[in-house]
Amino acid sequence: MFDYQFFIEVLIGGLLSGVMYSLVAIGFVLIYKASGVLNFAQGAMLLFAALTFVSLVERGASLPAALVATLATMIVLGLAIERTVLRPLVNQPPITLFMATLGLSYVIEGAAQLLWGTQVHGLDIGISDTFEVAGVLISRFDLFAAAVAGSLVAVFALFFRYTRTGLSFRAVADDQFAALAVGLRLPRVWAAVWTVAGIVALVGGLLWGARLGVQFSLSLVVLKALPVLVLGGFDSILGAIVGGLVVGAIEKLAEVYVGPSFGGGIETWVAYVAALALLLIRPSGLFGKKLVERV
Amino acid sequence: MSDILLSVEGLAATYNYVIRAVNEVSFAVRRGEIVALLGANGAGKSTTLQAISGLLPARRGQRAAGRIAFEDRDIASASPAKLVRSGIVPVLEGRHCFLSLTVEENLITGAIGREAKSRMIRTDLEEIYELFPRLKDHRRSISGLTSGGEQQMTAIGRALMSRPRLLVLDEPSMGLAPLVVEGIFRALKRLNRERGLSILVAEQNSTVALRFSDHAVVLENGHSVLSGASVALRNRDDIKALYLGGSLQTDSTKKVLTHAVA
Repeated sequence: MFDYQFFIEVLIGGLLSGVMYSLVAIGFVLIYKASGVLNFAQGAMLLFAALTFVSLVERGASLPAALVATLATMIVLGLAIERTVLRPLVNQPPITLFMATLGLSYVIEGAAQLLWGTQVHGLDIGISDTFEVAGVLISRFDLFAAAVAGSLVAVFALFFRYTRTGLSFRAVADDQFAALAVGLRLPRVWAAVWTVAGIVALVGGLLWGARLGVQFSLSLVVLKALPVLVLGGFDSILGAIVGGLVVGAIEKLAEVYVGPSFGGGIETWVAYVAALALLLIRPSGLFGKKLVERV
Repeated sequence: MSDILLSVEGLAATYNYVIRAVNEVSFAVRRGEIVALLGANGAGKSTTLQAISGLLPARRGQRAAGRIAFEDRDIASASPAKLVRSGIVPVLEGRHCFLSLTVEENLITGAIGREAKSRMIRTDLEEIYELFPRLKDHRRSISGLTSGGEQQMTAIGRALMSRPRLLVLDEPSMGLAPLVVEGIFRALKRLNRERGLSILVAEQNSTVALRFSDHAVVLENGHSVLSGASVALRNRDDIKALYLGGSLQTDSTKKVLTHAVA
């Protein structure tokens, strides 16, 4: 007899952890949309944020103070990257920009460890137990993480919909050459986007750090974001959200129901299989931009 | 104050430092005038316009020689954003609307650059809707789903939102039905007459361009080879041969016109 209650429990667990993937993926999508750069350094930024935060706390800073200081650091870091690495490379081929961010990710990782050391830190935000709804066990931390990610996305959605900077961002994402011709100051838009990417990295870093411990391998969550991006489409924020949820659910369900026949441990790669399969059917992802054109 | 709004002298431009698209282009636009830039495909019209609007670097192009002055100030190395603020506003070839934005959002982007107040944006929008009533009907439509003519109106409206003093249009007739082209040039003429807006327009469709412009400049292989009052040029047969790939320098006027160009 199929245990529905258990199925739902696994599904919810998967969806909630998927939210965390979405969070990382959104950081990618924002920068990709605004400047056509796949920012491989997003993971390193995430590590840098988490490491800065725990190190400040361990050195006696209060939680709010550490949060504010880390936020400021991430904004400065984002602006500095845009200014010193990407702006000089503007109008270069995408592969050049990608390689630049790849190199950058190692520089940031190195700098983070140089600054704060290499040991593993624990990050406890004080939410750990689980609770039951109608017999289904739910992790309170996962729910908290999902709520934080959800409100972050909501705030960004409003920002991009209703502010002039948001409108400029959508214009640049749509047609960079036209945005230039209209007189939009692209460096300003890019600066805004990198600021936002810094904030996303901070939130992602704290949530992932609380779950996995703050350590070097935190920067590898970018690899988790890749199948999410392939599934959702590189240029769709909605895609990043749905893609994250799908990947989270697939991973957990596959691990529990299919995993035993492979001897377990398929959680780490099944998302890539799903992404590859989708690539064959829909190369631009579930929500990726197919040019809006009238026929 | 001089009568000349824009002057281009001895302009030469390359792409990737190798490909010469423009060799020697000189002409001027007077205040309150419509000037047409004519020539076949590849004659250097778009490159000339991009040099004027500061858009060459974004296309990996460079100005190799020459001077471009707007109101007697050298503008050859100014950024597009700065040029738009000083009044030179381009309408790109192929329209380049923001396809996933609504028509009205497209228009508003034109006002962001000059940091317009919301109330000013509303008044300017009404003026555009008065000029192009079809845009008002489609203001909430996604731009990518509107027709080619509507997209051209959106692109022009978006440029007008920047309050230009010189509107620089690249092939506004491209891919549009003759009636729609007529409507767009009428609107341009009206802006010119009622607001004294100066206009520089590159066109392959020389018939229409010569009918609506005051002066015309003919480009051929990156050189400005002929210029004069549009009325005078209209009566010369050799102009027609140009956009069919003929030349003013060799005797191509006898070429059989294989199809009509509307």
